[in-house]
Amino acid sequence: MSQIPADLKYAATHEWLRAERDGSCTIGITDHAQDALGDLVFIELPEVGREVAAGEACAVVESVKAASDIYAPVAGRISAVNTTLIDAPEQVNSDCYAAGWLFRLAPAGAVDAGGLLDADGYRAALDQGA
Amino acid sequence: MNLRTALFDCHVAAGGRMVPFGGWDMPLHYGSQLQEHHRVRAEAGVFDVSHMTIVDLEGRGAQAFLRHLLANDVARLTAPGSALYSCMLNEAGGILDDLIVYFRGEARYRLVVNAATRARDLAWIDSHRAVSAPEVALTHRADLAMLALQGPMAERVLAQVYPAATMTAVRALQAFQFLERPEGFIARTGYTGEDGFEIMLPAASAPAFWRALVAAGAAPCGLGARDTLRLEAGLALYGTDLDDAHTPAECGLAWTVVLTPPERGFIGRAALAAGTPRFRQVGLVLEERGVLRNGLAVRFADGAEGMITSGGFSPTLQRAIALARVPPAAAGQRQCEVLLRGQPVKAAVVKPPFVRHGQPCIALASR
Repeated sequence: MSQIPADLKYAATHEWLRAERDGSCTIGITDHAQDALGDLVFIELPEVGREVAAGEACAVVESVKAASDIYAPVAGRISAVNTTLIDAPEQVNSDCYAAGWLFRLAPAGAVDAGGLLDADGYRAALDQGA
Repeated sequence: MNLRTALFDCHVAAGGRMVPFGGWDMPLHYGSQLQEHHRVRAEAGVFDVSHMTIVDLEGRGAQAFLRHLLANDVARLTAPGSALYSCMLNEAGGILDDLIVYFRGEARYRLVVNAATRARDLAWIDSHRAVSAPEVALTHRADLAMLALQGPMAERVLAQVYPAATMTAVRALQAFQFLERPEGFIARTGYTGEDGFEIMLPAASAPAFWRALVAAGAAPCGLGARDTLRLEAGLALYGTDLDDAHTPAECGLAWTVVLTPPERGFIGRAALAAGTPRFRQVGLVLEERGVLRNGLAVRFADGAEGMITSGGFSPTLQRAIALARVPPAAAGQRQCEVLLRGQPVKAAVVKPPFVRHGQPCIALASR
C-alpha cells in the first residue's frame, strides 16, 4: 500500500505539493510513482528562476525502466532545486516525501485553485487505476 | 492468464514484483533492481529462469541433426558434459533463436531456448526433425525448473546446499561444462558475466532448493537485474539485439558460426555465404548524463546512422550503456551522437563487454 501523507496536495500525474510557511511550494513525486518507476538513476531538474505554467513539463526522472516527465502542479517561478539528487537519485526511492523532494517554486496564484487532489482524492484516483 | 513457474509462491513470499514476460508471470525485482545487480557482481544472486524452454533430443542421428540445425558445430563437443552457445538460423540466415546445447552422451543432447520463442522453436525443430532425423525423439521438458545462481560467491553458496562429493565435481567444472547428479543438472553457464551455475531440477524440488540457496546467502534477483547484468556483460537478448531479420555477423555473433568443414550444410549457411553483413554490433557508452534506451537513433560524423538495440543504465559503471547496430563502415569510429529526448548527446563507441567478473572492461572518459 503506497504512502499518501494527509498534509500534501496531489496531481493526477503523481506529483505531490507541500505549501510551505514562506508561501513557496515544494514538489516531489509520490510513493506510488517512485514504486512504479523502480530504481531511479538520473534526474534532470529545472533551472532556478524559470517560469513554469501549471501542467508544464519541467523535470525528468529516469529509472532503470523508463524516463518520465515531471509536471509543475501549479504555475510559478522555480526558486530552488534539490541538487543532492544529481549524485543520489535513489533518495527519491527511499524518501520521496522528504529528502527526495525535487524542486520549489513561488506560486503565481492561489495554490488550491489548481485543481489538485487531497490525500483522499489521490487515493481514490489510484484505486481507479490512474 | 500467464503461466507460473514452480517458484511463483516463493517470489510472492519474498516480495517479488510480478510482471508478465513472454507469457509468464515473473519477478521484475524484489524491492531494488540496483541492489540485486550489485549483489550479483559482488556476492551471489539466484534467478528463476524456469520460463526458458528445455528440449531433449535423443536417438540415432541426433548429432547429425544438430549439425544441420545449428550454426555452431556440435561436433566440437567431444566430451559428454560440455556445452556450447549457438544461433539457430532460418534459410535466409536470420536468427530464429539463440540457445545453449548440452552434450550429455552418445546421441543425447539438451537444448535450452528462449521463452518467448518457444512455440516457433518447437515447431521449427520438430518439422526438420521429422524430415531429416525421424529416429530422434524430441521431448519438451516442462517438468523441469531452472535456476541461475550467479556471482563470485556462487560456488560457496552452492557448497552450503550440496553434499561434499557433489561439490568436488562441481568445483572441477570449467565454464560451459556440466554434470548430472541426483541433485540436478548442474552447468557452469550464465547470463551475467560472472561465475555461476544454471541448474535444472524437477519442478517439485525447486522451491526447497531456491529457499536453501537464499538461506545460504544468494539474493533473490529478478528480470530487471538480469537485463542490466547481461547488458553490462555484452550478452545479446533475443527479440531486441537478435531477430530473424538479422544474421549472426550483424549482431556481433560471427564467432558462433562455424564454417569448417565446408561440407557441413547447416540451415542458413548458403544465405550467409551469398551475402555480406549490412551491419555490425558495437557498444556505446554515454559521455553525458542521461540514459540510453532501446530504439534510439545513432548518428556518426559522416552521416551514417544506426540504432540502439539494447540501452540502459550500467549500475557498475554508473553510466548509460548500449548495444547498437550500425553500418559496417561506422563500426570503426570512436564517437557518435544519440538523439536523447530530442537533444544530441555524445557517446563513445566501444567493444563489448562493458563489465566482466565485477570489473569494468572499458576505460571511462571523465565527465
